Amino acid sequence: MQDILRQLEIKRAAARAGGGDKRIEAQHAKGKLTARERLEFLLDRGSFEEYDMFVEHRCQDFGMPEQRIPGDGVVTGWGTINGRLVFVFSQDFTVFGGSLSEAHAEKICKIMDQAMKSGAPVIGLNDSGGARIQEGVTSLGGYAEVFQRNVMASGVVPQISVIMGPCAGGAVYSPAMTDFICMVKDSSYMYVTGPDVVKTVTQEEVTHEELGGASSHSRRSGVADLAFENDVEALARIRDLFDFLPLSNREKPPRRPTDDPVDRVEMSLDTLVPSDPKKPYDIRELAIKVVDDGEFFEIQPDFAGNIVIGFGRIDGTTVGLVANQPMVLAGSLDIDSSRKGARFVRFCDCFNIPILTFVDVPGFLPGTAQEYGALIKHGAKLLYAYAEATVPKVTVITRKAYGGAYDVMASKHLRGDVNFAWPAAEIAVMGSKGAVEIIFRSELDNPERIEALTDEYQQTFANPFVAGQRGYIDDVILPHNTRLRVARALTMLKNKQLENPWKKHGNIPL
Amino acid sequence: MFNKILIANRGEIACRVIRTARKMGIATVAVYSEVDVDALHVEMADEALAIGPAPAAESYLVADRILDAIKRSGAEAVHPGYGFLSENAEFAEALAAAGVAFIGPPASAIRAMGDKITSKKLAQEAGVSTVPGHLEVIADADEAVRIATDIGYPVMLKASAGGGGKGMRIAYSDDEAREGFVSAANEARSSFADDRVFVEKFVEEPRHIEIQVLADGHGKCIYLGERECSIQRRHQKVIEEAPSPFLDAETRRQMGEQAVALAQAVDYCSAGTVEFIVDGARNFYFLEMNTRLQVEHPVTEMVVGLDLVEQMIRVAAGEELTVTQDDVRLDGWAMECRLYAEDPYRGFLPSTGRLVRCQPPTEGDRVRVDTGVVEGSEITLFYDPMIAKLVTWGRDRGEAIAAMREALDGYYLRGISHNLDFLGALMRHPRFVDGRLTTAFIDEEYPDGFAGAPRDGEVLDALLSAGVLIQRRVAERDASIGGQLPHYRPAHGDDWVVSIDRQDRAVTATPAEDGFDVELDGRLIAVRSYWRPGQRLFNGTVDGRHITIQADPAPDGYRLSHGGVRATVVVRTPRAAELAALMPDKPPPDTSKYLLCPMPGLVVSLEVAAGDEVKAGQALAVVEAMKMENILRAERDAVVMAVRAAPGDSLAVDEVILEFE
Repeated sequence: MQDILRQLEIKRAAARAGGGDKRIEAQHAKGKLTARERLEFLLDRGSFEEYDMFVEHRCQDFGMPEQRIPGDGVVTGWGTINGRLVFVFSQDFTVFGGSLSEAHAEKICKIMDQAMKSGAPVIGLNDSGGARIQEGVTSLGGYAEVFQRNVMASGVVPQISVIMGPCAGGAVYSPAMTDFICMVKDSSYMYVTGPDVVKTVTQEEVTHEELGGASSHSRRSGVADLAFENDVEALARIRDLFDFLPLSNREKPPRRPTDDPVDRVEMSLDTLVPSDPKKPYDIRELAIKVVDDGEFFEIQPDFAGNIVIGFGRIDGTTVGLVANQPMVLAGSLDIDSSRKGARFVRFCDCFNIPILTFVDVPGFLPGTAQEYGALIKHGAKLLYAYAEATVPKVTVITRKAYGGAYDVMASKHLRGDVNFAWPAAEIAVMGSKGAVEIIFRSELDNPERIEALTDEYQQTFANPFVAGQRGYIDDVILPHNTRLRVARALTMLKNKQLENPWKKHGNIPL
Repeated sequence: MFNKILIANRGEIACRVIRTARKMGIATVAVYSEVDVDALHVEMADEALAIGPAPAAESYLVADRILDAIKRSGAEAVHPGYGFLSENAEFAEALAAAGVAFIGPPASAIRAMGDKITSKKLAQEAGVSTVPGHLEVIADADEAVRIATDIGYPVMLKASAGGGGKGMRIAYSDDEAREGFVSAANEARSSFADDRVFVEKFVEEPRHIEIQVLADGHGKCIYLGERECSIQRRHQKVIEEAPSPFLDAETRRQMGEQAVALAQAVDYCSAGTVEFIVDGARNFYFLEMNTRLQVEHPVTEMVVGLDLVEQMIRVAAGEELTVTQDDVRLDGWAMECRLYAEDPYRGFLPSTGRLVRCQPPTEGDRVRVDTGVVEGSEITLFYDPMIAKLVTWGRDRGEAIAAMREALDGYYLRGISHNLDFLGALMRHPRFVDGRLTTAFIDEEYPDGFAGAPRDGEVLDALLSAGVLIQRRVAERDASIGGQLPHYRPAHGDDWVVSIDRQDRAVTATPAEDGFDVELDGRLIAVRSYWRPGQRLFNGTVDGRHITIQADPAPDGYRLSHGGVRATVVVRTPRAAELAALMPDKPPPDTSKYLLCPMPGLVVSLEVAAGDEVKAGQALAVVEAMKMENILRAERDAVVMAVRAAPGDSLAVDEVILEFE
């Protein structure tokens, strides 16, 4: 017995030592924490319970039997964040470069299976050189086992990936399947093929950072949802993100008490929409002033800025916010913003998070780049996502709601539960000028008449009442009361029940 | 008394006049330009009339537009505020012709005091002390020496065509006067092709001190003490106070009586201000007379107990002054800070935009806020960038300063840059506190610009301990989330490491009632507050002293500011701090390869094209902001790689204009 306990200690110590002091130092020198240090930072103190510390690889080739490190390059287990259950895996770059072996993959799969059964999210901290090449196809099989579980878990438990080192080749597809991808600036990259292959095939010269760094993915490709300065900031913010999410699709979003009164009046919102209809304004101010304590957690802040998405709380409970941003491309919908909005709406719907939509949209962005890039299909994603969603949907039209984009943005017709309009709202097929130029095309050479007609059209349609008469909006609310009115609507919808007809799954226009 | 008056102005002064008029039962008419349609003065007035487009030259400065508004509204009198038409004699005359009262002095007085030479001559005739000097051109060096001896050293030799410090010499002796004349003339000849030189007394350690006068149309005129306005930046007043920490009763009386004599010499009526320059030996010299209400009039009101606007209205309505000189008592001390929309950390560049958050401190007996904006208002490029005047009162100067520090800390402004930190730093500057002021104070004390108030131990300790309380409360709230595993209890001790100014300090924070006892370097700091997450102002006590700190969430901590000091404070467990210490220091991105727009503004022109080689100092682009054209110059020799902006573009701060190779 004593002997077993001694052996246990030795094995545990070996596992904790990971790749050894030298490799740990090298990891630190790169500004990166080790796999275990990261978990220490991410989880509540003392809450981590490790699985499979003694797992070792089974590779018999290339001298691998002599190199065995307990844990095999990934630390797995469960713990808590502010007391709530979470399953984690953290790849250890100091052990075989964090490469994925069959055994390594099995460890990840084990906690994923457990997370699905227990109904708790999975957070993966990725820092891996890729497949364990010595193992060949078994490593590839390992990846696929993980992919399959990512897909099965999708919509059942939230999955968050934090890329904290390399993530290349097939390995990218596991994070790609998860709900949120976060990256650390300067020390992480993600790509399907690396700079060397790129050079050979296309003659393009590109650095790791340019090809797959945090800024490329958080600004250009939109692959990354969030980019952080360093490991510590990333992990601290992931805790904040986690606090917004329900543990699984069987639960409602968590409630966190707040001192912020639901009837807080924000007089300045009355002047948020400028009197000049051509002038932009920052829709984030509305988001920040409506949510509890001004804490708005924005997702993809640097990508497709014409739509703003993120989480906030109202009366302590999580809501997902989607808002057109007049500051960027006048808030129009294009390929990127439609994709961004659609994926977020679907996430919220998966996990019972009510959706609050702020609408100021002049329409879809015109142009060959958009049409050739399949704006029709991408715009349809957002439409599909909103139409399909059964969670409470509260919508506030702040200014323009024109054309098809009006329909898309959580309109009454797409089963919007409560649709409000601010007094400045204009719900119309298009702007007055454009409309008159089409209806009265024959009189275009008479600018005075066109101007008079534009005024008339403006008078007739540039107000919330036409839509109000038909019940497309439920009420006109004063901007300074928005928080209270939204809060009351959400309270009323707390027990909303709505089900889509049974199907294997819908066919969203991918 | 009038039934209805029109205020031919905007912003805080319009609001301030409306307030008094309302108190007196007089209806008010506001005028506004297109961009001011939602402005506070429009909302406050009983009626409001549009007078044209945003530029003042097309609205607030157009006398005919104002006259038309008077006719339409039926106002019986006009208060011009300050600036705009307030010192325009033609406007005053046009009003008289239209049978409308001007709440200000007679046109003749405006005209007489509006001209530098006339006013100086009138002042001399009225027995007012003026800067000794020789207004005629000097023939040669000998004459320069002779005149300088007459005036008394030191003297300033000034090129007639001079400007920007060129062609100016100060002389303390005959030899210096001789040399100074020659070099000033030479420099003037080469710079301005005009070698005429004058000589004038040079005022050492100059202070700007002005006398408030009040006169009625019945021959009565009194002075209401002085205001010291020495704290200026580029001739723009920043801080004013009443009384002056420098004057004695006798000098005050002399200055006051001379100011009254001057006012009477021009048949002055209404409120006016006689400005003096005062040297280190309390010699005072007349500068000019402002024939209107001054921006800084509230400090006089606070110590004299009179409403100057009310007095102006009564006098304009033909009433006699009821206050006599003997009634005037200076009670306590008043201090005024001007809040400007500018960034002191970036060379005081103007800032524009929406006041996303604007919460002034609570007004009371000791705090007064004169402002024309509210949360959600816009600071535009078109007008004066002043956000508010913050005025405090105390029984003595120390109390007034203490009240001002508190009020500045409690002024929460977000959305645009502002000079609150700079004002806070001034209020704690030892030389300011001692009252050793001159008009060169800011240039002398901040020769390299402003980088925050000194980070002394006391302030940092307060920020640190408040930071601990704030982040403990946030952590407690975060740990109150629903859906936890049973038996969950946060497992941390009382030991923390606080990172402030990127330095780690180990503390022990023992919970106490309403706060913590924070042990730092063997000392115990008691921090107490009812602060709750979400609040942006931390009101509490540190070691029993009341303190207000502004607190904004940052990515993993809080940005705190107090007394002109800003610091990011992050509280971590010792182990987390150990890990955080491993994080690399990332230098800010290299922007030397770019020409960035230093302020929000409009690109007027680009002086270079891609491929151009430019020399250090060469003009690259012109950007218009706050009606000022700013020439952006190359900091070093470079080659332009790309031009990223075009004339007519409206740029935000730090937007790229040019890229260099």
